[in-house]
Amino acid sequence: MSDYILRVVDLHKNFGEREILHGISFNVKKGETIVFIGPSGTGKSTLLRCINQLTVPDRGHVYIDDDEITGCGHRISEYRQRIGMVFQNFNLFDHLTAVQNVEIAPIKVRKMDKTLARDKAMEELRRVGMEDWADHYPSELSGGQAQRVSIARSLAMDPEVILFDEPTSALDPELTREVLEVMKDLAKSGMTMLVVTHEMGFARSVATEVVFMEGGQIVEQGPPSEIMKNPKHPRTREFIGKISEH
Amino acid sequence: MDPVTFLTQFLMPALWQGLIVTLELVLLTAPFGLVLGIGIALGRQYGGPALSTACAGYVVFFKGCPLLLLLFMLYFGLPTVGITLPAFTASVLGFILCNAAYNSEYVRGAIKSIKDGQMTAAQALGMTKVQAIETIILPQALRRAIPGLSNEFIYLIKYSSLAYMITVVELSGAAKLVATKYFMFNEAFLAVGVVYLVLVTLTTYGVHLLEKRVAVPGLTGKSRA
Repeated sequence: MSDYILRVVDLHKNFGEREILHGISFNVKKGETIVFIGPSGTGKSTLLRCINQLTVPDRGHVYIDDDEITGCGHRISEYRQRIGMVFQNFNLFDHLTAVQNVEIAPIKVRKMDKTLARDKAMEELRRVGMEDWADHYPSELSGGQAQRVSIARSLAMDPEVILFDEPTSALDPELTREVLEVMKDLAKSGMTMLVVTHEMGFARSVATEVVFMEGGQIVEQGPPSEIMKNPKHPRTREFIGKISEH
Repeated sequence: MDPVTFLTQFLMPALWQGLIVTLELVLLTAPFGLVLGIGIALGRQYGGPALSTACAGYVVFFKGCPLLLLLFMLYFGLPTVGITLPAFTASVLGFILCNAAYNSEYVRGAIKSIKDGQMTAAQALGMTKVQAIETIILPQALRRAIPGLSNEFIYLIKYSSLAYMITVVELSGAAKLVATKYFMFNEAFLAVGVVYLVLVTLTTYGVHLLEKRVAVPGLTGKSRA
């Protein structure tokens, strides 16, 4: 048994001629929050999608605990149950109410009893402060509310890790705050999280480790105090400088 | 003969018999046409290259083949290769093949209108593709396909009269037989027209109720808010 809950080894991905990921490796310990920052188009989202194989990497390995996810064939859906994902556009199921969105995977995938699944779903909605909206459809929710429901939907599968793919990029500052609050609480409760975001405040206050990526590579990584205050690499310094001007 | 006697003594009983046959044709065709249509749409959308091409070929063939010609082939053509179908069976089979081709196009269009993120999110939760299609994609796509599918159902009510061309005495056929026998064409055809109109109107209203029942705010039509 390794100490790490998730290991990524030498991940490569090309889209046609364009190289998106160029040999990414890192390890994640249980309970850590890793925040990925960097300019747009540097492969951060692709990296997350390669972890749960929504995008199949060309080369490299991903392990959860000691099980290899890459190249596991049809067993992938079992591994995905252990890896939650939260999307930029929420991707709530449009034909289901909030509570149905949260209970559907436990019912269909885990074959959980419907009453138990409903209780569990309500509990997760409570955790993100959305229990009063249980019977509303996605189109009746604000972006922030929808994102909180989608976090609850992930939580209902009791994942070991949750991947957040720019979870607040589609939200205005006020809605961003309510989603970040939920994510902070999650991190505090010991959830292992990989977060792609441009929210530097979140990175500074919540991240165990900040990873700066550019051109499909990890340029620099370390604790937030180090990366955000004292970046060693000139590119990191430039990026942090630009971002903090806002 | 006065029109009232004709209507009550001869036409009505004949139309009643015909109506039953028409309803049998339609109600036997529709469920199979729907299921086959959904299957073909799914095969085209999610199948591998071979299945997808086969399904596309099916649609091209049966959309391109005039229904009357198809019925002739099934009823008069097949016996020459040793397959003899009763006229009613041949009709239902022809209708199913044609109905499914059109239904599949409505369903496929609806599937394509669903955002990729729905499938992605379902798979990310650990659903297999089949589970995702069954629990996430189809419930949304079928709701969106209702207007198209119901149109096709209405066509089916009307083109079921083609069964008469291969000797099945359905509604139109019954009217034609009585009209010819008593030489009362206008009365017979006007009456049968009214029957079709009633069938189509009832269907339209039924579809309206169905749409209201399965409506989801933001997915189909107006938001509840």
